[in-house]
Amino acid sequence: MSILGTRVVRTEDPVFLTRGATYTDDLTDERLTGALHLTLVRSPIAHATITSIDVEAAKEAPGVVAVFTGADVDLAPALLFPAANPAMVRPFLATDRVRYVGEAVAAVLTEEAYQGEDAAEMVDVDYEPLDVVVDMKDALTDEVLLFPEAGTNSVTKMHFAKEEAPEDLFADCEVVVSKEIVNQRVAAAPLETRAASAYWGEDGRCTIFCSTQNAQSARDEVAGWMGLDTKDLRLILPDVGGGFGAKIGADPEFALVGWLSKKVGRPVRWNESRSENMTGMVQGRGQLQTITIGGDRDGTVKAYRLDLIADAGAYPRLGVVLPMFTRMMAPGTYDIPKVWSTAKVVATNTTSTAAYRGAGRPEATQAIERAMDLFADAIGMDPAELRKKNVVKPEQFPFTTKGGAEYDSGEYAKAIDLALEASGYDELRAEQKRRREAGDPLQLGIGVSSYVEITGGGAFVENATVEVHADGTVTVLTGTSPHGQGHATAWAMLASDQLGIPVDKITVIHGDTDLIPKGAGTMGSRSLQTGGIAVHNAAVELVEVAKQRAAERLEANVDDLVVENGTVQVKGTGSGISLAELAGADELKVYHEWDGKKPTFPFGAHVALVEVDVESGKATVERIWAVDDAGPVLNPLIFDGQRHGGIAQGIAQALLEEVVFDSEGQPLTATFADYGIPSAAELPSFDLVSMETPTPINTMGYKGIGEAGTIGSCPAVQNAVIDAVSHLGVEHIDMPLTPLRVWEAIEEARK
Amino acid sequence: MKVEITVNGERTSADVEPRTLLAHYLRENVGLKATNIGCDTTSCGACTVLVDGESVKSCTVLAVQADQLSVQTMEDLGMDHPVTAAFRQEHGLQCGFCTPGMVMAAVGLIDENPDLTEADVREGLEGNLCRCTGYHNIVRAVLVAAGKDPDAAQAEGTDDKTISPGFSAGEGAA
Amino acid sequence: MIPVGFEYERPDSVAAALALLAEHGEGATILAGGHSLLPVMKLRLSAPEIVIDIGRLTELNYIRVDGDGADSHVAIGAGTRYRDLVISDVLAAECALLPAVARTVGDPQVRHRGTIGGGLAHGDPAADIPAAVLALDGEIVLRSPRGERIVPITEFYTGVFSSVKEPDELLVEVRVPRTGATGWAYEKFTRRSNDWAIVAVSVVTLPSGRRQLGLVNMGGTPLRALATEAALEQGKSIEEAAALAAEGTEPPADNAGTPEYRRHLVTVLAKRALKTASA
Repeated sequence: MSILGTRVVRTEDPVFLTRGATYTDDLTDERLTGALHLTLVRSPIAHATITSIDVEAAKEAPGVVAVFTGADVDLAPALLFPAANPAMVRPFLATDRVRYVGEAVAAVLTEEAYQGEDAAEMVDVDYEPLDVVVDMKDALTDEVLLFPEAGTNSVTKMHFAKEEAPEDLFADCEVVVSKEIVNQRVAAAPLETRAASAYWGEDGRCTIFCSTQNAQSARDEVAGWMGLDTKDLRLILPDVGGGFGAKIGADPEFALVGWLSKKVGRPVRWNESRSENMTGMVQGRGQLQTITIGGDRDGTVKAYRLDLIADAGAYPRLGVVLPMFTRMMAPGTYDIPKVWSTAKVVATNTTSTAAYRGAGRPEATQAIERAMDLFADAIGMDPAELRKKNVVKPEQFPFTTKGGAEYDSGEYAKAIDLALEASGYDELRAEQKRRREAGDPLQLGIGVSSYVEITGGGAFVENATVEVHADGTVTVLTGTSPHGQGHATAWAMLASDQLGIPVDKITVIHGDTDLIPKGAGTMGSRSLQTGGIAVHNAAVELVEVAKQRAAERLEANVDDLVVENGTVQVKGTGSGISLAELAGADELKVYHEWDGKKPTFPFGAHVALVEVDVESGKATVERIWAVDDAGPVLNPLIFDGQRHGGIAQGIAQALLEEVVFDSEGQPLTATFADYGIPSAAELPSFDLVSMETPTPINTMGYKGIGEAGTIGSCPAVQNAVIDAVSHLGVEHIDMPLTPLRVWEAIEEARK
Repeated sequence: MKVEITVNGERTSADVEPRTLLAHYLRENVGLKATNIGCDTTSCGACTVLVDGESVKSCTVLAVQADQLSVQTMEDLGMDHPVTAAFRQEHGLQCGFCTPGMVMAAVGLIDENPDLTEADVREGLEGNLCRCTGYHNIVRAVLVAAGKDPDAAQAEGTDDKTISPGFSAGEGAA
Repeated sequence: MIPVGFEYERPDSVAAALALLAEHGEGATILAGGHSLLPVMKLRLSAPEIVIDIGRLTELNYIRVDGDGADSHVAIGAGTRYRDLVISDVLAAECALLPAVARTVGDPQVRHRGTIGGGLAHGDPAADIPAAVLALDGEIVLRSPRGERIVPITEFYTGVFSSVKEPDELLVEVRVPRTGATGWAYEKFTRRSNDWAIVAVSVVTLPSGRRQLGLVNMGGTPLRALATEAALEQGKSIEEAAALAAEGTEPPADNAGTPEYRRHLVTVLAKRALKTASA
């Protein structure tokens, strides 16, 4: 029996649970001996010109080796996303102007970490405040400009429509509903903050240890910023304590750490505090959407329009591109004849935005799933029925949507049915009715979401090297970059499946650009369908190589050979030769590069049951039933773990989390005391329902699962809370559905 | 100022600034790096260790406050400990950053109340944040470590939470 | 983040602690469990020159019934940790509101360190314990080299994070009446389990039969719902009385709630707490 599809506990865990994982700040690597500690002085003001910086007092503080300001840094300010307005560059330390609270203005290097905070307080910066723009619509007026030389706050033309919107989009619709909704800004908040350490070797090469989701592209970025040839820069990733999209690529601080190390001729370490992280690390979502949906009273949806504004923050980064995914996935699981979308991206005096679990797709799903509920409400149809009536049918695959995506495989109605069945949907509705009639202060809400998303979008190529050693152990090198996803176990399973060598003899190595110069890392739920397939294919090839060699040694026909338990055997005989022995004779190693050429489209349906205390406005998720179909399951333990984490983050966005800036650009949620990450006490256990529909894109049928839970759960929960109070006249409430928001919506509806 | 702290059964000692946080003492002075620091506000619990057998957040305890006391960190447990074993078996960790604190909070919790329900576990871990697991498998792991059947306890816990007069979610549930 | 550097003293008696306080004046701060003080020191919102650690003074760690007859009350040493309140048999029998309130403070780790005296002295209007002690008509015992004085909790707080305690005084004890095991309730409303209360209401029934309500986060100090209490005395229904709970309050505005929301919420929580306490 194949190991694939079985519940294998993780090989990484014994170390993680005994001495603990080794994150960047944990490194005791001797190359970092004598490292200085970097403390960054950050702007407390959202928009200002810097009139002076006095570092003299700080230089005299105990333990201070050097203090640098923007005037000292000879790295060219960087355009952090290629398609952004070229004037919107970010200096590595601010020079004349700061554009958000948390922008780095000075770098303090001290012998001890504790000395850094003391000295940083002594750096005296004079700011001349400028008008601040936080609201996206205000920013679009260009009255307050972040980059006067750009002449606009509009970040990019990449999403501009190539033609005019059709005027007759909703002409043949009996019912049209439109609503402006907010997909609020959230913080990825991985438990490990950002960190980097750098040293320069005698060979003139720079090595940076850092926390990122993709070593190789981070290397390319940092090398570009530092003006280095990529061959002169090595990135090494120790264990990475979560990323959720916010650690895609490199942060400018990584290059600064490398530059400082060169400047002072000593290794430099940087590990930010949580307070720095909550303003300095890129944030996610942040879209203002206008949704318009039209159709007939029989429940036929005929047209859908999505107009969105995305908040890039002060210095445009990966967030600039995400509306592309939002627009592509706008119609969701539905076969809607007419779909139109527009997107604008605007700079504001806030933290930059980038990917957060789902990255552009959750925004699309939230919009269409709210639209479906609004439409169901308008025509008086059950929201689950409406969805089933309009989803793409199995026989329509592969299905090219009006958003421009080519859905590979799916049974969307079946997923909805499985979720409904698991939840006991009809009984839930009956109980909801009973509570409504009784005027119970604890009302029930039932929310349904149907979703499809893209995984492995954008980076289709990945590589793997599989090598069998003479001692019978195996090394797998991968270009993916796990930070909690269990690749050490999963990739070992894929190799073990072919080689017949147990997983505990297989070591998976990743995240060292000298050992693995190519690779695209872990993001967009891409790893299994790209890197995993590469490992599988490499192992398949290695078996073929081994058979060829064994055929000569055993004087047998290759077709008569099989690999079992790490040995090439002649079928039906006792004779054979182990892979280890073959490796002892000659290197037994295969490098494979796999190009899937296309993304895959996992899908599913969630049903959420919430209880809303209508007197206080507090909503609690009681149950959530999730169907998440990402094709065959490699390891159910890890697969379900990804779903759990994703579901929790979706619930958290729906109910609790929001990054808030006041009108002066001051962050009001810059600590974990203020930002609403849920604990175990705010969440229920999750009910997972299995469904496996393979993709034809790869031989194993695998799709990605990393973000599905978030994409499915968030709209289900938002819909559920609104459903719980819809009989009181509430039509919509923006996320997060805090007690305050829910209560205010009920009060508003009562008036 | 000189402190002497017994860490994982061994006497340690160092001359530290009074402001030295216990978490930094463990990491920098003793060299035990499992204990992590995830926030500035005593919120996340990644730094949880036991002081004289009780869970505390070592980012909010001064090393001098632990002078002459006994501290236990995750490094002391080993994989044969019921809590670490259960975390592995139930996949109660992903990126691993919250894990040392979560594990020690769980050890303290089980010690204080061996007869845990799902609700007890969830409330008992309210001071520890995890961003990866959604807590589902952490809760299972703690129940397993406490000798409970996680399937029964989670089903039971859910019903407890959901049932209100005249309603049982169990009826409709798969 | 780490605190600004400071001098550290760990006196071995209350008397020695008082002498240090007298010596160093306003530059000195008392450290007990540290769970009010260290967080603000780490954020550098507070930077005392000298920290006097009273965390090991076992003479401040007790829960007992003191006094005779009508004067008898529960005396709680300022160094008593929240955890000790939660598991106290004396409190379970004599003043069961307090352990119930203590159980909601922070999280288990916080309760293992934080003390009742520290929480009372800190005076955060969003804290749980001060409003409960207020509902109980408790008394605060302050000691200094000048002697000891007893301040009714109603006269203790003067504003946000401020009280009548002088810099040379140490909060050594809190006294609460013997209200028994029943007739109380605590309704704490938060977004997350270990958040500070958006609003909370404690209800206690005094030996006289009078019901009193302490309000959390409804103004710059803990408050009583005096209008509600008066209405109850007049025999009004719980619903009628609870509807008056916001009278005389000036609740704050923040991310979690507007003043209007808090005024509403306090009536809901008062109603629920009164119903529970009366059940």
